[in-house]
This record gives sequence, structure tokens and C-alpha cells, in this order.
Amino acid sequence: MIRSDVLKELIPVISDQFIVCNIGLPSQELHLLDDQPTNFYMLGTMGLASSIGLGVALAQKEKVIAIDGDGSVLTNFGTLPTIANNVADNFILLIIDNGSYGSTGDQPTYAGKKTSLAAVARACGCENVVECRAEDTVEVMKEALAGDKMTIIVCKCESGNIPVPVITKDPVVIRDRFMTTLAARNG
Amino acid sequence: MSVNDKIVSDLVANQIELVTTVPCKQLAGVIDIVEASKDIYHIPANKEDEGIGICAGAFMGGKRSAIIMQNTALGVVVNTLVTLTQFYRMPLPMLISYRGELGEPVACQVEMAVHTKALLNQLQIPTYHFHREEDVEELDKILKYTFMCNKPVAILTDASFWKGY
Ligand SMILES: [Mg+2]
Repeated sequence: MIRSDVLKELIPVISDQFIVCNIGLPSQELHLLDDQPTNFYMLGTMGLASSIGLGVALAQKEKVIAIDGDGSVLTNFGTLPTIANNVADNFILLIIDNGSYGSTGDQPTYAGKKTSLAAVARACGCENVVECRAEDTVEVMKEALAGDKMTIIVCKCESGNIPVPVITKDPVVIRDRFMTTLAARNG
Repeated sequence: MSVNDKIVSDLVANQIELVTTVPCKQLAGVIDIVEASKDIYHIPANKEDEGIGICAGAFMGGKRSAIIMQNTALGVVVNTLVTLTQFYRMPLPMLISYRGELGEPVACQVEMAVHTKALLNQLQIPTYHFHREEDVEELDKILKYTFMCNKPVAILTDASFWKGY
């Protein structure tokens, strides 16, 4: 399974959840497969999905899923200690780890070599870290959503991409509909 | 009221509930008060771009936020300011220690000081420079201006403002 397969299987489970999605192909795939006002697509700023997601989670009550990648987490490694030490139990960080920089042409990352992101997350102090096979991601996500505990999921999948169009929505529209929906859900 | 107390009370009066910081010697006092404040959730960040990401998230979650950092970090956050804060039109007060100005003992700090205002100008970030202690009186208005216009706004605070090191 490649990332787009994982996303496709996850959609019934995460469609109405608030999502902060990583730059590049992950956002483009999610946008193509299931565009929702509850999706915040990052159009720039590689690496910050987990930071933005943590900020949203800490600021309000609804659950927030940050969909990140192995390359992006490696880019912003300082995020893991910050997440570990500022626990938001409404926060789920899903790292789709395909061992490559997918959006830039599948150059290999160190996460596909000796470095275990799950082990790093645990070493940083994250208490609830689950590494799973791509095939098990839906079940693991269901459990994380059912629990009220901050969870880091490292989903190990294959490298590869599908052709997807770029997102042409205005960034302020993306941001505003996300904020408006989130504020309404908070009541 | 000390300058540090005045800064934090203005943050609180402007409903800023989350502050992320990367320390600087000059900012140690204000960071201590942020940490002690019961009205502010303080998140020490490991890098300033990460901090700006957290602030962006907090804003989308309905809470006002601010970042406290050193001017050298402008070299770290250009892309984040442009493609996140500005592109999505988000407010962000940035309280910045302006190292490398008069009184600076460390030569290397001057190397970023000479680029600080040029970078902020190039990024079209409204910039205020606190040099004398009474300049802090403008902070309340600067914060209101930031949340009015939904832009990142820089407040440079130099060694003369902080009365040395
Ligand atoms: Mg990857």
C-alpha cells in the first residue's frame, strides 16, 4: 500500500474529523479524494503540520489529526519533544512513513534506513506511540479516536505516488472554512 | 510596574492566551513572567518556525497567540512567515530581542543586526523599535493593530530598552 491507499481507506473514519494535512502530495491527495471544510491543507512550510495541529488541539476541545510524513517530521524534529511535553489528549499525529520524500520524487529518507520514528517519538517522551502496518492503519486510527489520549501513529507504507492536481483554492478560504467549522463544532 | 510586567499584562489584556518562546538573555525576565502567568499557556519551542506553526494552529483554534524570540531567528523563519502566516493571513505579534545594537558585547550578533530591519522591510512586516523604556507604552496599540490587520508584526527591543545586558 502506498500513501494514497492509506488515505483512501482512512476517509470513512476521518472524513468529519479536523485534519491538518502535510504540504505537497498528501494534501493534494486528500483534497482530491475527500475535500472537506474540516481539512486544513498546508500549501507551504514543510515540516509544520504537527506544530500547527498541536496548536489547534491545545486551543479548543475538538479532536485534531495532523497527517504528517516521515520526511516532514525529520525536517522539524524539534516538534516531538514539544508534543511530548505539552500533552493534548485531543491530538493525534499520524506519520505516514513511506521512507521517502514523496512529493519531491521519492528520494529516500533516513526513516526508511536506520532511524525509527516511533523509537524517536518514545525517546522524546511521547507516551502513546503506535507503529503499524499500512493495512492496520484504519483500526489503529479508530482506536485512537475512541480513546482520549494523545496518540502518535507511525504507519509504515510503501513509497509511491498517484497523479494529482495541485490545490488552487485560496489559502484564506481554506483557513476560514476550517476555522468557521471548528468554531461551530465547539459551540 | 516593571517593563517585563507591563509587557505581559498587555499581552493578557489583549486576550493572548498562548505564548511560544525561544530564549534570549535579554528576554529572560519577560519569559519568566510568561511562564508564571496563570492567564497564558507557555510553550517553549525548540526552533522559532515550530513556534510560529503552533501560533498559527492556536489562531485557527480560536485563541490569540504571540511569539517571543531573538532577531537572529529571522534567518530561520522567513519561509514560515511568508508561506504560512502571511499567505493564510494570520495575526502574529513577534516580540524580538534586537541583539547587535549599541551596548552589544558579542561581535557576531552585529552580523544579523545589520540585516534585521532590511529583512523585515523586505517581508513587508510592520516593524516597531523599542529603544527607550517609555516606548513600551505603545505595545497595547501595536497588539490591537496586529489583530486588526491579521499580519505578523515585529517589535524590536534593543539593549538600551532593556537597560544593558
Ligand atoms: Mg515520506
